[in-house]
Amino acid sequence: MIASLGLILLCQLLGEIVVRSVSAPVPGPVVGLMILLVLLQGRDRIGLLRRGPLGDGGVESAASGMLAHLSLLFVPAGVGVVQHLDLVSSHGVAIFVILALSALVTLVVTAVTFIVTSKLLERWRGTPS
Amino acid sequence: MTSASSGPFALWVYLSQTPLLWLTLTLLVYAAADAVSAATDRHPLANPVLHSVWVIGVILLLTGTPYPEYFNGAQFVHFVLGPATVALAVPLYENRKVVLSAIVPMAVAVLVGGITAIVSIVVLARLVGLPSNVVLALAPKSVTAGVAMGISESLGADPSITAVCVMLTGIMGAIIVTPLMNRLRITDFRARGFAAGLTAHGIGTARAFQVDTVAGVFAGVAMSLNALVTSLIVPVAVTLLMR
Repeated sequence: MIASLGLILLCQLLGEIVVRSVSAPVPGPVVGLMILLVLLQGRDRIGLLRRGPLGDGGVESAASGMLAHLSLLFVPAGVGVVQHLDLVSSHGVAIFVILALSALVTLVVTAVTFIVTSKLLERWRGTPS
Repeated sequence: MTSASSGPFALWVYLSQTPLLWLTLTLLVYAAADAVSAATDRHPLANPVLHSVWVIGVILLLTGTPYPEYFNGAQFVHFVLGPATVALAVPLYENRKVVLSAIVPMAVAVLVGGITAIVSIVVLARLVGLPSNVVLALAPKSVTAGVAMGISESLGADPSITAVCVMLTGIMGAIIVTPLMNRLRITDFRARGFAAGLTAHGIGTARAFQVDTVAGVFAGVAMSLNALVTSLIVPVAVTLLMR
């Protein structure tokens, strides 16, 4: 348990170091995600990685514990936002409406693009000329 | 006569300044909001982020507690966001075959969706006549807060306006995604999750995990990819759209 948490934090730490040193436009934890992914892939081939948290299912259980309540983690930042709603509402209620509209359009366009592309790809693969 | 240094008031002053009180409140309010969400079969309107946030907001208002004092306790929860993002690697690894087989649709959808998110908000904001510094602050609203605030700052806009709009977008996106996709009869959980993560970043991803694991995995991928795409596209898009 402790070793698994330590490993996850280590990945994040390395991610932060990478992002800061090359000033990449992605958050440190996202790079940490990629590092952990590489480690998980690597353990299938490299025996040494199967020792410790990567081998005994420790990382899996620590991860599912954290992800089970992902919503909770947004509460502290969300509360801060409630206190600054005036920053936005001073520009009128229209801003709330356009944020909702933009979210709606983005959801539809993204999902439809995904589906159309994967259907086209299936058809193209299914009918070799 | 009781002095201010003893009695219930002194106890309140003491407790409200330790992390314990606000951390406990955060966990208990969330536990209640989550129980309601579970009892309503994860109804979109019973979103646990939305209800925890306003309930705690009201409590802080009624007790006259400044946000930094609250955050002193809540920061322990906030901190876990980073490791939890890293932890997304585990479901991603477990579903790697499904994800890899959808790499082309994901690449196309993140480009089209990422551009749609930026262009739609900039066009709408100009349409309703918002001042240009607010329009700039709105442009990166679909990406995770840390990155969005960085983009906004580099455009010379106010990052705190961006932070508020990121949070609003996340909550609204998480609420509308399920009924919207049901109405459009989109049953592919890869597409539904991907759209949720791209539009509503981490809060959309949290919603997607509530509905379906595969949806959650695709949401996490979309959130990460869109952080990259948006930070590359926003500067170009605003230059073109703000002329």
